[in-house]
Amino acid sequence: MKLVYETSTKDHKGLQLPKCDLNYELDDKYKRKEKLNLPELSEVEVVRHYTALSKETYSVDDGIYPLGSCTMKYNPKLNEEVASFEGFSQVHPLQDVSTVQGCLQALDLAKKYVCTITGMDNASFQPAAGAHGEFTCMMMIKKYHEERNDTKRKKIIIPDSAHGTNPASATMCGFETVTIKSENGIVSMEELNKVLSDEIAGIMLTNPNTLGLYEKEILNITKAVHDCGGLAYYDGANLNAVMGISRPGEMGFDCLHLNLHKTFSTPHGGGGPGSGAICCNKKLEKYLPNPIIKNEEGIYTFENIDSSIGKVKDFYGNFTVVLKALTYMLRLGNNGIRETSENAVLNANYIMNGIKDLYDVAIDEVCMHEFVLDLSRFKKETGFSALDVSKRLIDYGIHPPTMYFPLIVKEALMIEPTETESKETLDMVIDIFRKIHEEAYSKSVDLTKAPLNTKYGRMDEVTSARNPRLKYGD
Amino acid sequence: MSYTVNSKKEILEMLEACGVDDISKLFEHLPSGTKYEGLLNLDEGKSEMEVYNFMKDMSKNNVVYPTIFRGAGAYKHYIPSAVKNLSSLSNFVTSYTPYQPEISQGLLQALFEYQSMICDITGMDVSNASVYDGATAACEAMNMCLDRKRKKVLVSSSVNPSTLSVMKTYAYAYDIEIIEVDLKEGLVDKEDLKDKLKEDIACFYVENPNYYGLLEDIIDLGNIVHENGSKYIIGCNPISLGLITSPSEANADIAVGEGQSLGIPLSFGGPYFGFMACKRELMRKLPGRIVGQTTDTKGQRGFVLTLQAREQHIRREKASSSICSNQSLCALTGAMYLAYVGPVGLNEVAKRCFDLAHYAFNQIIKIDGFTPKYEGEFFHEFVIKTPIHVDIINQYLDNNNILGGLGISDNEMLFCVTEANSIEEIDLLVKLLKEVAL
Repeated sequence: MKLVYETSTKDHKGLQLPKCDLNYELDDKYKRKEKLNLPELSEVEVVRHYTALSKETYSVDDGIYPLGSCTMKYNPKLNEEVASFEGFSQVHPLQDVSTVQGCLQALDLAKKYVCTITGMDNASFQPAAGAHGEFTCMMMIKKYHEERNDTKRKKIIIPDSAHGTNPASATMCGFETVTIKSENGIVSMEELNKVLSDEIAGIMLTNPNTLGLYEKEILNITKAVHDCGGLAYYDGANLNAVMGISRPGEMGFDCLHLNLHKTFSTPHGGGGPGSGAICCNKKLEKYLPNPIIKNEEGIYTFENIDSSIGKVKDFYGNFTVVLKALTYMLRLGNNGIRETSENAVLNANYIMNGIKDLYDVAIDEVCMHEFVLDLSRFKKETGFSALDVSKRLIDYGIHPPTMYFPLIVKEALMIEPTETESKETLDMVIDIFRKIHEEAYSKSVDLTKAPLNTKYGRMDEVTSARNPRLKYGD
Repeated sequence: MSYTVNSKKEILEMLEACGVDDISKLFEHLPSGTKYEGLLNLDEGKSEMEVYNFMKDMSKNNVVYPTIFRGAGAYKHYIPSAVKNLSSLSNFVTSYTPYQPEISQGLLQALFEYQSMICDITGMDVSNASVYDGATAACEAMNMCLDRKRKKVLVSSSVNPSTLSVMKTYAYAYDIEIIEVDLKEGLVDKEDLKDKLKEDIACFYVENPNYYGLLEDIIDLGNIVHENGSKYIIGCNPISLGLITSPSEANADIAVGEGQSLGIPLSFGGPYFGFMACKRELMRKLPGRIVGQTTDTKGQRGFVLTLQAREQHIRREKASSSICSNQSLCALTGAMYLAYVGPVGLNEVAKRCFDLAHYAFNQIIKIDGFTPKYEGEFFHEFVIKTPIHVDIINQYLDNNNILGGLGISDNEMLFCVTEANSIEEIDLLVKLLKEVAL
């Protein structure tokens, strides 16, 4: 497709401002001299360009998007409409608090919902994304130990199955990370006990973990970390498996982040905006980012508290993303919340059971909302990799699962169908996986060449990284 | 109610395929003590109509001002219908980060074009595909400049206080020190800057226009900073770049800013997007997603997420930033806005903001008791000293459906005027200010 710059024609223009005769002179000293090279397009050209680009972008509205750990569920249209209500979208963040009671009411009600779902005492919606929420929680843990003059605690325990953002968020806060090996896909108490000491600030854990397994020893893990003086942080990326069924609070966690753009159905927007809401218990609430919302007899106010770690973002977070999540939670209610997780787990188990006679499952147990295939044997026997299978899925109109993650499984394909896919779709996915298996073993299709039926073939990523061309004209 | 699909009959068939007869059996293996018995203490689910009405009523508990003279980090600009419409195209809205380039070329190309446009307006070499907002962009930029010997950061006291406060939080995490540079007449005091530039200063961050709307001497400041071997970061308002000196003209090493002005609604503070662009030599330190041009197996031009060796999922604990999700859709909206206005339009919008703001300024200071706080040239915001308490003024304006300037002290008001304001609105503002001060 032509770049927007290549559709540019001199003197084409979309914008027309109202007439105005004012003309104040800006001193030459402050004037831009460098030419602006932006493209020149008429309105219809802009519309056609972006419409064409959108057609070359696969989305949840097109079909199943079983990216493990990403929870690509359907994004209800009501959410979008609520976020665009003038009473929310046209409100300036620095209006007097008496004129934004509706916004604060929304944040407060959303807080009640996420705290009830997680079993926590307090929450903040300031972090803009999951990694930002992790980072914020790590800062709160840092401050907690500091205020207790427990300055030796510089280490954070992270299992080898963790998301890459976990170790990075911890080191951003000056922590040293200690990786512990999993055993049969879950945290080994023996490995954990080896690293516990008075230098441990805490642990970062996902439950169910990235293999889609519920940590059997979860209560012992959080207890052991607490007993050594550390805190337990829950990565909420996989909450979709356990809503209304099992709460991080009861699992023994002190703080957590939620991805509203995963579990709570807000759209990913091609990479964002998300919202990395954080929740915590009484131990940590005095460190939450400022400002805090207070509700006194139905009158909402903002308050800054001295013990807070401070602000982590301008204003109050990705507000309309929170609105979308709230709309979703109100729709579901306590019954729908539970039903959501039950069906998410059922859908994952259904696909797993439909293909596990052909493909090896990394750990063959009842899975939660996702499971991981290990294609090592498949690769040995056919010569085709997890990447090849993924690319072949594209030919059949399915977005591939998460590839090569978690890192502890070599040829990993991580499949998370979510609860919003029908049995018909899941049956189709099962059929396609089986068909690809047949193609691979019969060698009837060279999967290394897949995708074969798409407009674009595989991209040369190596050259791109070696000789980066990062803008028009490079 | 949930957004699940399957009928009871289908669910039973699926359970059977999984070898269980009830959905609760799939959770039987959860250890005792971790299960929540019964239903959560929340209302039961509601119909779409009920939730729509409930949220609509809630939205009515907010005041929407038809006329706004407040900025201070969030700006009301006119958003063209085409931009609004395109930014809600469902394929952009409901796609994930483009991990599979073969079926995400549209999104990847749009982000590549976004990066190109950010480089155009800032004059810089390389842009990423956005970060959370303007404040966190400044934090990430500061982080790019740190090294073993240089662990202190200078920040002008004229930057947006919200940005400064976020930078201080990040500095707490990074265990580094932020030192504020004093002001003279609302602008960076160059002598104080020179005094504070020591060997261990990693960088200097300044905003232009600054929080008070004033234009800093960014070219001279750059020379001073570079003489010390420190890096120079400029936070800029993207609309203003249609008119005023660009970061590259001031020899900035990194340009950052809040992109909200480019077609994003106010939305009580978010989501917006932060943009970040830098000189080529800093490219591998730039955090976040970056899209690069390449070719596919058929020899066609294509785009991929590139330079991933910088990122958290590869470098893990060695990554300098944990950012993963960004603000892609907002960044795309910004690109759509820039494509819509083009080079001439961006200049026109900037010049209109400048003209209307200067008209407002000149009218307001004619009123008895209203005087300018600073002498310096400004873009579209300015500080006025008021003869009466700012709260009284704003209450009076509020009675007339106008959101007045932001009170930054009892008797100082930071006004903002954009192209979305009309001369008639400004004349009404001036009339009301006269009345209230009588």
